[in-house]
Amino acid sequence: MLKEYQTVSSISGPLMMVEMVDRAKYGHIVDIELGDGSIRHGQILQVENDKVLVQVFEGTRGIDISKSTVRFLARPLELAVSPDILGRVFTGLGEPKDDGPALLADKRIDVNGSPINPYGRDYPNEFIQTGISTIDGLNPLVRGQKLPIFSGAGLPHDNITAQLARQATVLGKGEEFAVVFAAMGITFEAAQFFINDLQNTGAIEQAVMFVNLANDPAIERIATPRFALTAAEYLAFELDMHVLVILNDMTNYCEALREISAARKEVPGRRGYPGYLYTDLATIYERAGRIKGKKGSITMVPVLTMPEDDKTHPVPDLTGYITEGQIILSRSLHRKAVSPPVDVLPSLSRLKDKGIGEGKTREDHADLYNQLYAAYSRGKEVEELATIMGEAALSEEDKKYMAFAKLFESKYVCQGYYENRTIEQTLDLGWELLSMFDNVELKRIDIELIEKYMPRFRKNKTEEAK
Amino acid sequence: MSEKKQGSIVKVAGPVVVAEGMMGARMYDVVRVGKLSLIGEIVELHGDLASIQVYEETVGIGPGEPVIDTQEPLSVELGPGLIESIYDGIQRPLESLYKVEGEFMSRGTTLPGLNREKKWHFKPVVENGTKVGPGDIVGEVKETTLLMHKIMVPAGVKGTIQKITEGDYTVVDKIGVVVAEDGGKTELQLMQKWPVRNARNVKRRLGPDKILVTGQRVIDTFFPIAKGGTACVPGPFGTGKTVVQHQLAKWVDADIVVYVGCGERGNEMTDVLTEFPELKDPHSGEPLMKRSILIANTSNMPVAAREASVYTGITIAEYFRDMGLSVALMADSTSRWAEAMREISTRLEEMPAEEGYPAYLSARIASFYERAGRVECEGSPEREGTLSTIGAVSPPGGDLSDSVVQATLHVVKVFWSLQGRLAYQRHFPAIDWLTSYSFYKEYQKGCFEDKERGQDMERLSIEAMGLLEQESELLEIVRLVGAESLSPADRLSLETSRSIREDYLHQNAFHKVDTYTSMDKQYEMLKTILHFHKQALAAIDASVETADIFKLEVREKVVRAKYIPQEDMGQIAQIRDTIDEQMKKLQGSAA
Ligand SMILES: Nc1ncnc2c1ncn2[C@@H]1O[C@H](COP(=O)(O)OP(=O)(O)OP(=O)(O)O)[C@@H](O)[C@H]1O
Ligand SMILES: [Mg+2]
Repeated sequence: MLKEYQTVSSISGPLMMVEMVDRAKYGHIVDIELGDGSIRHGQILQVENDKVLVQVFEGTRGIDISKSTVRFLARPLELAVSPDILGRVFTGLGEPKDDGPALLADKRIDVNGSPINPYGRDYPNEFIQTGISTIDGLNPLVRGQKLPIFSGAGLPHDNITAQLARQATVLGKGEEFAVVFAAMGITFEAAQFFINDLQNTGAIEQAVMFVNLANDPAIERIATPRFALTAAEYLAFELDMHVLVILNDMTNYCEALREISAARKEVPGRRGYPGYLYTDLATIYERAGRIKGKKGSITMVPVLTMPEDDKTHPVPDLTGYITEGQIILSRSLHRKAVSPPVDVLPSLSRLKDKGIGEGKTREDHADLYNQLYAAYSRGKEVEELATIMGEAALSEEDKKYMAFAKLFESKYVCQGYYENRTIEQTLDLGWELLSMFDNVELKRIDIELIEKYMPRFRKNKTEEAK
Repeated sequence: MSEKKQGSIVKVAGPVVVAEGMMGARMYDVVRVGKLSLIGEIVELHGDLASIQVYEETVGIGPGEPVIDTQEPLSVELGPGLIESIYDGIQRPLESLYKVEGEFMSRGTTLPGLNREKKWHFKPVVENGTKVGPGDIVGEVKETTLLMHKIMVPAGVKGTIQKITEGDYTVVDKIGVVVAEDGGKTELQLMQKWPVRNARNVKRRLGPDKILVTGQRVIDTFFPIAKGGTACVPGPFGTGKTVVQHQLAKWVDADIVVYVGCGERGNEMTDVLTEFPELKDPHSGEPLMKRSILIANTSNMPVAAREASVYTGITIAEYFRDMGLSVALMADSTSRWAEAMREISTRLEEMPAEEGYPAYLSARIASFYERAGRVECEGSPEREGTLSTIGAVSPPGGDLSDSVVQATLHVVKVFWSLQGRLAYQRHFPAIDWLTSYSFYKEYQKGCFEDKERGQDMERLSIEAMGLLEQESELLEIVRLVGAESLSPADRLSLETSRSIREDYLHQNAFHKVDTYTSMDKQYEMLKTILHFHKQALAAIDASVETADIFKLEVREKVVRAKYIPQEDMGQIAQIRDTIDEQMKKLQGSAA
């Protein structure tokens, strides 16, 4: 029996207070029927005696205190799932949005999910080849990892996510995969770009989309990633698929959360975001992973735009504190037409170490990236020095490192959005670039590996063989 | 036990629930909330209203549902079976929960912290008729190959021991009886309970006297932590706090390690769980898991349980300290603990102090670190135990003026400052050698068997630090007027400092050999780098060109000294001979 009330007592911002409600439950959802018969959706944020505070996903514009009826649905927010969700497009609130056939649900799942028991996790350690050198070579992604892209307004994160969705494969395995895409407050154009790209490659059949665009209700965005992750968990842990989840743009999600918090008059944290932003984001990001005894996995690539390119802004900051690394885009590389403009030095994949090496990628991988980093970082330092003091003040050694940095950016970083490099190509390219240094300078590489992989030695070897 | 009190819910706001009809309930009593019987703890009382922080997700809970007062404070179970366990923030055994309910956490399920079926072989060490008091050791259980678990008389129990018998017991079986003077009897079990928010009793607190060797060069050489000491590791995200904590958990020379994953990543706990059983303790050769206990309340698990997790961890750590052991506790991250406090405080509508944190933030942080220390344990035989506490701090934006960092720096004695700049250069551990500090440096020399070597190490580390300080000044000059202005000796200092940074301080946690460096190897390595410096200075005085010195082949050996395994350490001393030879040659050709 559903309970109905016409006792809305106040409305403010996205929030609504309903009174004289009998036994409402925290976190459950409601339908709100307006005077004109239209329906909105809400979720209970707090219950005190018979007073219930509801957040309205579609916003409260046009809601009337006296003519609205609130129906308590006595259940949490749920997603109806079946294998047929693949290839479909949903709204940010999980309602079908395309003109496909009606979905017959196998079951309904609470979108809040449950935390994975840490004991039940399996450690992510399978390398995913993305075909992008700055990722595969320097910041390898593994199955079950959460690796966000820190971008900025006007930077080409959409091209990179499309490239990832197109190229990401796990070496030597042809298992079932799926892409789950959650759009939160992005433009129609950006969403369409991604969808078209999937269409062109045929991957759209294996994709599930949850789309909340810039002109869709803002509060709905709070639910969108949860719907997407519920779909992903279903595909990964019940249908054994390897799922890549792209959440774009988390900054918009956080703004919606801030709006609710402000409306509740909570004590604001940094820049007005609520103090529980970290915990809230964690309940999203931590849903990535692998589980013991299950074939599937959830790999997550959240995208966020850093306001004013500021990495210490709460959204990138707290994201970085939860995710397993970050890929940061650089405006200056983008200006120099280096694409994808990955800012190598502050980017990091924390799970790389267990996903690479002999039997996974190649034995020289770890030493090689350590050395490339060290050399590039030194080169950038010198570059900075040169802008202050002029190149004349540089030593020969300094100049060599600066030359390396330039070459590294133009050859290694810059590859365009359609070149798909194998891991061997990426690694060999690294060696080629390092060949300008003597062995002593390559402190981070095992001498045996240098002798085995360095082009100058490889050449000797082939000559000897002759 | 008296009849359990029952109230009823009037309000639910996230992790905080308010119940009425709770007159007579006590602060910090554990309660069961709602039809799902979620676990909670009373944190505020107003008349018959009790505010409760709930350790599980509260979705689906509402007014009218029952609240039952268990009339017991939040406690942990202490006894055989703790080692190798992984618990959530309120000591629910995650491995058993996984077996019972699967890979996702469900609500309302509780299992005791210690296994009730498993039998342990107990051997008394006292005889019937002995007078015993709190903390007295009455017997032993060989819990793992690494640990002889001492069974102690619980707090408040005093009298004559009777019926104590060797045998195989579960943790709740009766192993003996203590008869008090007034005739009152208390049954002894292998297990005892302790309320987590109270520090366990000790006879006397002592000052530090030794360092806790970590095998991490920058720490042991420059900023050591004492056994029984406190340290903090603040830093922006991705700078290596967790790696430092994991490295310590792996390599410290402690008998027991308690690792608290407080509001951090699930995969980091899995990492420990998969890695520790494989790794061998360098001192005993046994798998590291055999001395470890994990508390995992990850960021997506309920915040109230996160708040409790550090107390659960430190109480377990104190219990082992009381056996006369050296215990190390790592908490990653204390900022998440503070945030949990803040979230609960907000829901209680308390008056916030700085950054929304409750006014009692600093007091709670201080009393947490105060539970560390070297102590004379309660009870007989006389014994000394140490508990060293190392907390990671994750300040917003890496800003050290953050309330949690400041409150922590107020109490801890060691500060390992992680710098984003160093992390981007992949200089790991990214511990800033110029701003970090330790108040325990004076105990460093004591960890060498050879006294002279200890003094020599002290001298070497002072010299190395001097060079690093000089480096930062010289680099400033280079930035202003260019490298030409430097004298050859200054150039050498720069080069040696670079060598100290890259060949010594830089330590790859993921390299088989480099991950751990014994004190003796640290001594040999540092001595070699500074020996090169000394010989090079002499060569410069003999008019050798710095460029020629820097090109010496032996430098490659210095660079790779860190990869020389412990058992081949003699090779490092040989490098010094090679340095002498090659320098001599240079001077010969310069003359
Ligand atoms: N000693 C080390 N050797 C090699 N790599 C290291 C070392 N320390 C840190 N790193 C690298 O830095 C990465 C980040 O380290 P870590 O996870 O400890 O950061 P953190 O400070 O705990 O970040 P967060 O606050 O987000 O948890 C690691 O994944 C590893 O790649
Ligand atoms: Mg960490």
